[in-house]
Amino acid sequence: MLTPFCGVRPGYYSFGKMVMRISYYSIILVVVFLFASNVRGGVFNPETFKLKNGMEVIVVNNPRVPVVTHMVWYKVGSADEGPGETGIAHFLEHLMFKGTKTRKSGEFSKIVARNGGRENAFTSYDYTAYFQTIASDRLETVMELEADRMTNLVITSKDIEPERLVVLEERRSRTDSKPAAILGEHMMASLFINHPYRNPIIGWKHDIKALDIERILAFYKRFYRPNNAILVVVGDIKAAQLKLLAEKYYGAIPAGPPVIRNRAKEPPHDSARRVIHSDKRIRQPSWRRVYVAPSLLWGEKQYSYPLEVLADIVGGGTSSRLYRRLVVEDALAISAGAYYSGDGNGPGRFTFYASPRGGVSLESLEAAIETEISKIIRRGVTQKELVRAKYRMQAAAIYARDSLSGAARSLGSSLAVGISTAEVEAWPERIEGVTLTEVLNAASYTFDKRRSVTGILLPEAER
Amino acid sequence: MKCVFGLCLAFYFLAVPAWGNSIRTERVVSPGGIEAWLIRDHRNPIISFRFAFRGGSALDPPGKGGLAAMVSSLLDEGAGKFDSMAFQKTLEDKAIHLGFESEKDSFSGHLQTLTRNREEAFRMLKLALTVPRFDTEPVERIRAQILIALKRKKEDPHTLAANALFRSLFPNHPYGQPTDGSKNTVEKISIKDMKDFIRKRFGRDNLVVAAVGDTTPDVLSRLLDETFLGLPARAASWELAKVDPVFSGKTQLIKKDIPQSTIMFADYGLTRGSPDFYAALVMQHILGGGGFTSRLYSEVREKRGLAYSVYSSLYPFVASGLTIGSAGTANERVAKTLEVIQTEWKRMATMGINESEVTDAKRHLTGSFPLRFSSSGRIARMLVGMQLFNLGIDYFEKRNSYIESVTSNDVKRVVKKLLNTRGLTIVVVGRPVGISIHN
Repeated sequence: MLTPFCGVRPGYYSFGKMVMRISYYSIILVVVFLFASNVRGGVFNPETFKLKNGMEVIVVNNPRVPVVTHMVWYKVGSADEGPGETGIAHFLEHLMFKGTKTRKSGEFSKIVARNGGRENAFTSYDYTAYFQTIASDRLETVMELEADRMTNLVITSKDIEPERLVVLEERRSRTDSKPAAILGEHMMASLFINHPYRNPIIGWKHDIKALDIERILAFYKRFYRPNNAILVVVGDIKAAQLKLLAEKYYGAIPAGPPVIRNRAKEPPHDSARRVIHSDKRIRQPSWRRVYVAPSLLWGEKQYSYPLEVLADIVGGGTSSRLYRRLVVEDALAISAGAYYSGDGNGPGRFTFYASPRGGVSLESLEAAIETEISKIIRRGVTQKELVRAKYRMQAAAIYARDSLSGAARSLGSSLAVGISTAEVEAWPERIEGVTLTEVLNAASYTFDKRRSVTGILLPEAER
Repeated sequence: MKCVFGLCLAFYFLAVPAWGNSIRTERVVSPGGIEAWLIRDHRNPIISFRFAFRGGSALDPPGKGGLAAMVSSLLDEGAGKFDSMAFQKTLEDKAIHLGFESEKDSFSGHLQTLTRNREEAFRMLKLALTVPRFDTEPVERIRAQILIALKRKKEDPHTLAANALFRSLFPNHPYGQPTDGSKNTVEKISIKDMKDFIRKRFGRDNLVVAAVGDTTPDVLSRLLDETFLGLPARAASWELAKVDPVFSGKTQLIKKDIPQSTIMFADYGLTRGSPDFYAALVMQHILGGGGFTSRLYSEVREKRGLAYSVYSSLYPFVASGLTIGSAGTANERVAKTLEVIQTEWKRMATMGINESEVTDAKRHLTGSFPLRFSSSGRIARMLVGMQLFNLGIDYFEKRNSYIESVTSNDVKRVVKKLLNTRGLTIVVVGRPVGISIHN
């Protein structure tokens, strides 16, 4: 099997201080994220507690090597930005690596590096997270640093201007230089009519250029506080040890007023939309369709798990329906698949994608995919398909336990969007419980063309 | 991961880390004489298995560039009684992850399975290695996918830069050719070529093996014989000439109408076995290494906001060695970015490195070694790399001492030896403004 191409899929999920790109792998992330438990009762088996100031804490013990991953998640992302300030959550994330009242700009990173640690940060629609992986006996050092920048950040004009250029370069390299990413950006803007998911995480260029220190600091003061944050530590550490440290460093920070997410609501969707991007850099046309879909926390929530199972059956791998039919049997496509993102605080998305073989028109490719979609709406999936998918998904829960950062990311992102740790731990049972009827109902509810955007990427000559 | 030109290399895992007292590597030798390095971990019921044959895409026959890569995409597309779909379905139904990849100096495979599907998983691997089918349908499907990927890469600035750079560094050596071939060569690869490849390249004398996870020496030993004893004892003989890269010290431009130029540059490097390798690693960490503290990061990104990503790092091969670096910047700022990078190169070459920088770099490189042990698949990859590069089974325990023993004088010597003050060899892809070009 050839590893599929990145260019075919919407390329961005989160933006970070350094490349944290989840493109083709977004599926895996969704999968891993929801694989937070297994049938015998928990993949990660986290322990959780809350500090007096409201900061939530998750600990997972994994003593393979004397290392910990330490993460702080803030329940704020690009979808919490106000008008005219798109990109502010991500810009702030970059500026968090500058100085504090007691530390010079760049000192944070020097200390982490000298202690053999690795660090990074990333911003998504619903959260912003900072992390260090480091020898467990140096954990206290990074906790002190992280707690410091939760309240004591100092931003100067000397810091902000070069960093603005860095962010603009980041936008250039992730979006402006990639026709598939440009199309993806326009599809999101078209898919969501009013919900802030319509704005790119990295922000629109004119907003990035206009953001000033006052606005960024106001954003920081509003959202960065212990009662809007989650601490996740995974690795060679026990909950009791961590509790003492968490109380010492994060517990000392006073809680602020409660933070309420107040986001623009999505109106009903009545028209199918089409977005066409042609570019002379495109050598090979490609096609995608995104439906606004229920998520675990939005809309017809009961359909979320069935949609997850459906995505695996329809578009999960080389023996999935779309690949088998379009790529192997009918030889219409070079690649084809589907995936579901239902892991956010707001609406989910169900995406189909394909790229035609030479000599095949996009029209006939689209018609073939629509035939597959209507088959699903009419007849659902088979019992055999359901059983196979469940087996694979349960297995993935076991695989997910293997990595330190996977556990930290899964648990952190879930809690940050508002999915309880218990729900995450119950994932295998939820998947196991999905029935044929639920899959059928979820599909016929979701695949309503009026709630979709079809995106087409074309070589310029074909405009 | 820094991947240049199909070169993600086990190096990535080997170059940075160093430590490993709590992890015990066992040498397992099967009755049939096949050796594997094993790290047991019974806490999770999975096995991560990895192996590699020495000799990679650099051995593709003339005119058949991309052969190894194409074979790597087809081994799991049908074998024995299973046609392509049946093979894939069997793997997916048991949640068995099997895949192959080719790099310049090796051809490797990985297998990950739940313990309960172990026997089935290794049976499928054995079929893939010994009786792959290469049926027409999957061959033509994969060929079409590769050709389209190649077409797309013609517009990918990073690939364009890497290809041009490697072509100029290795004008008369297979290292100068892209691992995935070109339209002309891929179209010419026949089923017979692929069958010949299997027969010639997959010899037990070329094989290194690693396993991590829920298994024991006894079980592994049996699986090794069952899986690999069917392969020929010896691979066809092969040779890869040692080669010194040609550093022109010039800047080559590939014009593309894009808003951001991709810059890629090269300078002297070392082979993995060089006695100066660890000193060079310390030097490169200070100059352009990962994280947010290198000189390039600080001068190019932090102070001037010239690029989002900027780095340089060692790229050792079996038959050569390089340093490669990269940055991306708006067209109108390419000249300034190149100037800053070259200045940093010269500054280090002429003024050297502070004692404290060496100390900090060594602390980072040793302290961060355990961080590499983040998943069983990754550990298996390291174990394969250690064997390919002949680093010894005690590498995990010894690696940090290699870094510790680097002295400031070693670093000084390496600075003199490796940093080319005549100028970097550079490729720019984009529409840069105001730079001097030697096309």
